[in-house]
Amino acid sequence: MADKKGPETWQEINPGCMVFIPGNAREYHTGSWRAQRPVYDNSKCIKCGICYIFCPEGCISQDAEGYFVADLDYCKGCGICAHECWPGAITMVEEG
Amino acid sequence: MAKRIGMEIALAAAEAAALCNLDVVAAYPITPNTHIPEHLSDIVADGRIDAEFICVESEHSALSACCGASATGARTFTATSSQGLLFMGEIMPIVSAMRLPVVMAIGNRALSGPINIWNDHSDIMSQRDTGWISLFAADGQEVIDMIIQAFKIAEHREVMLPVNLNLDGFQLTHVVEPMLFPDQQEVDEFLPVYKPYAALHPDHVVSMGTLGAPDIFSEAMKAKDEALINSKKIIVQVWKEWEEKFGRTYEPIEAYKTEGAEVILVTMGSMGDTAEVAVDELRKRKMPAGLLRLKLWRPFPSEELRKAVKGAKVLAVMDRAISFGSASGPLGAETRASLYGEADCPVVVNDIIGLGGRDVTVGDFIQIIETAAQAKKGKPERGYEIYGVRGS
Repeated sequence: MADKKGPETWQEINPGCMVFIPGNAREYHTGSWRAQRPVYDNSKCIKCGICYIFCPEGCISQDAEGYFVADLDYCKGCGICAHECWPGAITMVEEG
Repeated sequence: MAKRIGMEIALAAAEAAALCNLDVVAAYPITPNTHIPEHLSDIVADGRIDAEFICVESEHSALSACCGASATGARTFTATSSQGLLFMGEIMPIVSAMRLPVVMAIGNRALSGPINIWNDHSDIMSQRDTGWISLFAADGQEVIDMIIQAFKIAEHREVMLPVNLNLDGFQLTHVVEPMLFPDQQEVDEFLPVYKPYAALHPDHVVSMGTLGAPDIFSEAMKAKDEALINSKKIIVQVWKEWEEKFGRTYEPIEAYKTEGAEVILVTMGSMGDTAEVAVDELRKRKMPAGLLRLKLWRPFPSEELRKAVKGAKVLAVMDRAISFGSASGPLGAETRASLYGEADCPVVVNDIIGLGGRDVTVGDFIQIIETAAQAKKGKPERGYEIYGVRGS
């Protein structure tokens, strides 16, 4: 929440809480909600992309070598990627 | 030039809305407001106005459709009653939070159960805290006038809030009355084309109905509250413009023979006309009685009320709904809260009357005023009573 940009006082809020800046949800880093983070073992990864398909946050992308990475600014640590990864390349590790 | 036409008031409400250059009507029928959307669907089907009439499958959809249409910049209208209004309940605070100028006519009807199709104010009272501007009409002329005024108020850039206009079910919706209809040109001069603050359109990026987390929610609610409170200024201004153009006066609280009145009756809606006759009768008998009719329910005109009751010894406040388990009826509670701490505060007597379509007669008001006149200062006030209830 600390890095969220937005109105401070009630007077600064647009009428109806309308937002005129497109795509600004990106500025809201939901990764701070996370209790566990996904750790990839690329030696087991077969680059099938099932983690990318199932990530409800849409925060997983492919790197230059074709391996998958989670953007920890937005990953909420739900663990769906680890659950779906059938080669077992993803492990959920406690934050802290 | 305005024309005087005798017409059922529900049909007149539809005719008034049709004068307002509507874009979208979405409504679902429920007694006693049904004739309003039914007649509007005729008007649209006959090609008299260029509007979309959306035949929705429920009131929830009706208000959702109005909400969405209004967000695109369309001028929207709907109508409902009773349980229909409750079914709209989920969307009610959203429309006001999104600051969309939807206008709704409510043919006031009791809430079930037992099932009752007749008039009281329990439907709107259940939705009074949703952030809408709430007006009460006392007769057919006020219904026509207030529907046209409602759009101007709702769409004003300093307001941008939905408005509901309350007209008593049957006592108003089903009564034929001679009314003055302004002509199209006069309405067009009074009510400009709607220019929204923002509208959903692919060329103009805007998000509406956004998330408000705990860190901003209080501020969002404060902004909404301020908008509603400040709307009173514009409401009064629009009513002044109306008076200048059409010659009929509208005020948040209309005073009738309150000069020197010791007992003042306070009413909302159609019973105000009956109350006038009772006051006339009592004045004939040399009893100093007066009447206040509230036309504006939300934002509540506390300041105007304090001014209007100056010098009165007793107020007899009439509620047409019970706030179950409360200290007062809805209007009784607002009255007491507005007067609390005032020097020479009058005694407030609060009666619940006319529930579920029970007749309210001139004789009832005379009896209420005569009983209220005996109320003494210093004695603890009774919270409220259901007038005429058998068994007490």
